[in-house]
Amino acid sequence: MIKHVNAMGDTCPVPVVKTKNVIKELGDQGGVVEILVDNEISVQNLTKMANQKGYGVRSEKLAENQFQVIMEVGEGAAQQADDDAPETCLVTPGGKKNVVVAVTAPWMGAGNEELGAVLIKGFLFALTQQDTLPTTILFYNGGATLTTEGSASLEDLKSLEALGVEILTCGTCLNYYGLTDKLRVGEVTNMYTIAEKLLGADLVVKP
Amino acid sequence: MEKKIVFCKGGGCTAKLGAGVLDRVLSRLPKGPKDPGLLIGYDSKDDAAVYQLTEDTAIVQTLDFFPPMVKDPYIFGKIAATNALSDVYAMGGTVKTALNIVCFPESMDLNILGEIMRGGAEKVLEAGGILAGGHSIADADVKYGLSVTGVVHPGRIYPNNGGRAGDLLILTKPLGVGIICTADRVEEASQEAMDTAVRWMTTLNKYAAECCQNYPIHACTDVTGFGFLGHLHEMLDGKLSCHVHAGQIPVIPEALDYAEEFLLTAAGQRNRNHVSPFLEFQGVPFAMEEVLFDPQTAGGLLIALSPEEAPKLLADLRDVGLPARIVGELTQREEIEITVTMDGNETENLEVLEHD
Repeated sequence: MIKHVNAMGDTCPVPVVKTKNVIKELGDQGGVVEILVDNEISVQNLTKMANQKGYGVRSEKLAENQFQVIMEVGEGAAQQADDDAPETCLVTPGGKKNVVVAVTAPWMGAGNEELGAVLIKGFLFALTQQDTLPTTILFYNGGATLTTEGSASLEDLKSLEALGVEILTCGTCLNYYGLTDKLRVGEVTNMYTIAEKLLGADLVVKP
Repeated sequence: MEKKIVFCKGGGCTAKLGAGVLDRVLSRLPKGPKDPGLLIGYDSKDDAAVYQLTEDTAIVQTLDFFPPMVKDPYIFGKIAATNALSDVYAMGGTVKTALNIVCFPESMDLNILGEIMRGGAEKVLEAGGILAGGHSIADADVKYGLSVTGVVHPGRIYPNNGGRAGDLLILTKPLGVGIICTADRVEEASQEAMDTAVRWMTTLNKYAAECCQNYPIHACTDVTGFGFLGHLHEMLDGKLSCHVHAGQIPVIPEALDYAEEFLLTAAGQRNRNHVSPFLEFQGVPFAMEEVLFDPQTAGGLLIALSPEEAPKLLADLRDVGLPARIVGELTQREEIEITVTMDGNETENLEVLEHD
């Protein structure tokens, strides 16, 4: 589908605003947008947007004070133009990502549980060696046994806590497994906080 | 209400001619014989002229006017005056007299003009100056500003190119007002963002300048139409380089959101074109790049002084309620004139803005 935008006589940011509206109309299948503007700065601002959004873009000077910009919007890209939730990258530009690790079992991966127990111990140790640490590690369901007495990972988790990583274990789970007074590292938490941490994360890692 | 939409076509310092275009024109102007009394003229790319009258007095002369960037005429008047008065402060001077410059359509409601001039007059009073007259022209579009005269001690002038290697740079107001006004023009700015932008555009640089008087300032300029990087480029004057810590730069948070929506000005893109050859961004997000090129109306002071004095001045600026920050350091000339990294804790900046 080809759409046309006439932005002759418009000053920035109007050509960009008109173009964005037309891209939205293209919907999921994408398409081509041909934009007419009367100055080179508008061409540059449109090109900048296309480059940031990953659209194909080319431009041509048709006449004195008449320029055509052609954008190719790929499938699904138009939707993305609308749905981009910029807050996460904007509030902390270039800042640290909020990574949350969710440990849901006393083992890592599916398959042999004995092997899985060795793997999760290795994983938690490996975390202590990373340059970029997660913000929070959540332990729930069978994961709750890893923060309690007898866990082989207590030392590693204490190191992570000392490095500023938040260690949280689900209180309901501790209760279920009869481990309420056996917690040896981090804090007890509830489902409200767990939901909040998972939803607020830039990235959730589930080993 | 219809009239108010016509009133604001997108102005302020976004309406400034590009620096590239100006350079070409200015360099071809005929120049008379040198007058030793002219301490600062357009040779140094300063916005104001400084002329020495006696051993201990020089006058600072400046002029600034532009079309409305907000819909409310009274607020427009305040902003235009704040912007025009700023040049005197950037020179280290104090304001004495001001004259109105007015372009106004004959067919438009004169009450609007009254509101503009009321806003301007209030700011001149706040600056401690006298509004002594003016000149009005019938024109197709509204424009307003001031010609301001101030005084300064010849030994206490702040040139904009007097920085030294090792100096730290302080910026006294948050960036992003150009982008926010542009977003407002297409009705995409939040009321909160506009209120914050207006608040800073109507804050006189007088208070920052008063703090500066207690310190040996090497260089000072106000950040206006050429954006932070454009004015920094002029400050470096081909003699120095600068490492900018973009993470430390105070920004009105919504400006980053609107930049991400490409609500950008033509002037911002012209600034990018002008400064890009002297510049390297290292890991700076697109939105922050745009904020650094964003033309500011009545922007803050950009001050260079020694690393020993800078923290003391910073503390004084914070004490008078300005969200000032140390945003970079000057170095000997390097291959790349301006290097911008994201060093610094930007979340702290946002807190400062929200508190006050």
